[in-house]
Amino acid sequence: MVSTTAHTIVAEELAPLPRSRLRRWLAFLIHEPLGALGIVLVLAMATTGTFAELIAPYSPTANDFGAMMEAPSWSHLLGTDQFGRDLLSRIVYGARTAMIVGLSSALVGGTCGLVLGVGSAYFGGRTDLVMQRIFDILMAFPLIIMALAVVAIFGTGVHNVIVAITIPLVPRCARVVRASALAIREIPYVDAARALGFGHLRIILFHMVPNVMAPFLIMVTAFVGQAILAEASLSYLGLGVQEPVPAWGLMLQGGAEEFATSAPWIAIFPGVAIVLSVLGINLFGDALRDTLDPKLRKR
Amino acid sequence: MYRYIIKRVLLVIPTLIGAAALVFVLMRLIPGDVCVVRLGSSGGTFDPKAIALCHAELGMDRPLVVQFIDFVWGIMRFDFGTSMWSGNPVTTEIWARLPISLEIAILATVIAIAIAIPLGAVSAVKQNTWIDLVVRLFAVGGTATPSFWLGLVSLLIVLNVTSAVFGTPWMPPIEYVPIWQDPIHNLSMALLPAVTVGYRYAAVSMRMTRSAMLEVMQEDYIRTARAKGLINKLIINRHALKNALLPVVTLIGIEFAFLIGGLVVTEQVFNLNGVGRLFVQAVQNQDYTLTQALVMLTVIIFVISNLLVDLLYAWLDPRIRYA
Repeated sequence: MVSTTAHTIVAEELAPLPRSRLRRWLAFLIHEPLGALGIVLVLAMATTGTFAELIAPYSPTANDFGAMMEAPSWSHLLGTDQFGRDLLSRIVYGARTAMIVGLSSALVGGTCGLVLGVGSAYFGGRTDLVMQRIFDILMAFPLIIMALAVVAIFGTGVHNVIVAITIPLVPRCARVVRASALAIREIPYVDAARALGFGHLRIILFHMVPNVMAPFLIMVTAFVGQAILAEASLSYLGLGVQEPVPAWGLMLQGGAEEFATSAPWIAIFPGVAIVLSVLGINLFGDALRDTLDPKLRKR
Repeated sequence: MYRYIIKRVLLVIPTLIGAAALVFVLMRLIPGDVCVVRLGSSGGTFDPKAIALCHAELGMDRPLVVQFIDFVWGIMRFDFGTSMWSGNPVTTEIWARLPISLEIAILATVIAIAIAIPLGAVSAVKQNTWIDLVVRLFAVGGTATPSFWLGLVSLLIVLNVTSAVFGTPWMPPIEYVPIWQDPIHNLSMALLPAVTVGYRYAAVSMRMTRSAMLEVMQEDYIRTARAKGLINKLIINRHALKNALLPVVTLIGIEFAFLIGGLVVTEQVFNLNGVGRLFVQAVQNQDYTLTQALVMLTVIIFVISNLLVDLLYAWLDPRIRYA
């Protein structure tokens, strides 16, 4: 009798508990509070950027010369800049610029890196050797220096900034993806695919690429944050996004320094927006890495 | 070890030649004629003779291969030609601004190491406690904060605090005086930019220290040290931290070269006349000779610091040199 009860208890313990989506989220919140904060921040940024027209109280380019450098108030929640433009509206629209630059640079740079990295590992030999030397050369240029060099050639503006940030991201992604792809190349199913007569492109795209998605996704997430920071730096230097496009780095240029003591909100709020969005992306990236990498899951 | 050194040094040569080729090609991708831009920016006429003279002066009337060989030969002799904007030799322009940037970079590295290693180790030892959470948040914050904004905010704080305490606002000096001439003036100029740049550097190194420490703490020899009754402090300092520092050394070396990128924006905030600011001015003024020299200089520093880190790593870890 005792034994039967014990067996029943053990069986109940072993039976998988019905885990609702809510319970999974609660568990994630408890175990990964920073990751949860990251997701909230990323969602907030994405919503703000997508629905900027609905959220922003004013037009980001509308000047109110009667309210220049006005301190935060009920009419202008984050105050106004030296041209009487509402800071909150410019920050809300700036989220869209940051998202466009961050996502396009990260996705294009990451995808090119993915194809080149997997291709380099798959073909190996001389192709891999040549590709590695090319990546070595490209990676010898720090991101902002390469971006500055590209801007020096093509000029400023949103599109050129995207190009300038995308180019240095390609070898960085390729290097990481290649390391994972090298291990996958040795697994017998790639040989089996070759034996079945599949083409190189099919093996790379359908058999190798899906298996390097974990490091790829982690890299791309990190790239979004890096691209937003690089765009902000370039715009701050006057070599990135140009007026009247609202961009966080651009908002910190000129007036923010000139009126730092009389109107400190011009210097503070756009910076807070950059920090919160990049912080959110980084925390989300860390949580993603911990989830996708089994070695880190228990740490 | 000697074989490893020779092999590693030889690998640097193709990277540098490739980077020089890339810089050379990039600068020749500039739309239009550089001489037209140059003469146009100084308000000159587009006289074909003047343009031909400019081409001859910049050596652009020669075949591309000859120009490239000349460019590489110039790099080897540290002769990058003359600045298109000021007319001074590029090396003179760079040397005049190098001490200030170098000092900030070294100071930032010292600050970063002093913060990163102890905090990273504590975070790993106190894993999943509130201390770990605070340190991790501080580290993630460092990677998310743009150095130029941190500089702006720190200047704001200094201005407001000094204004409230002394009645008049105080700003860090902007002119460079060597540390041996006036240490107080020198440090009051360099300290704030160094902290600004060093925060990100510290954050990245701190994350690496934590991660490496967590890895090492799982090793068998740590379990053995515990089993033979060693006290925790000795295990951490003598066994864990020493081994965990290997990847941190690599990262510190690599990040040192990335400091140049940080300096580009930070010098702008603090109005310091360093190499970073010179870079921005060169791009703004479309001074292509100066831009290509500065890009090349950054690449050389990056490649050499990577080489030194690799050699140091091989010296510290025999498995690398025998691999």
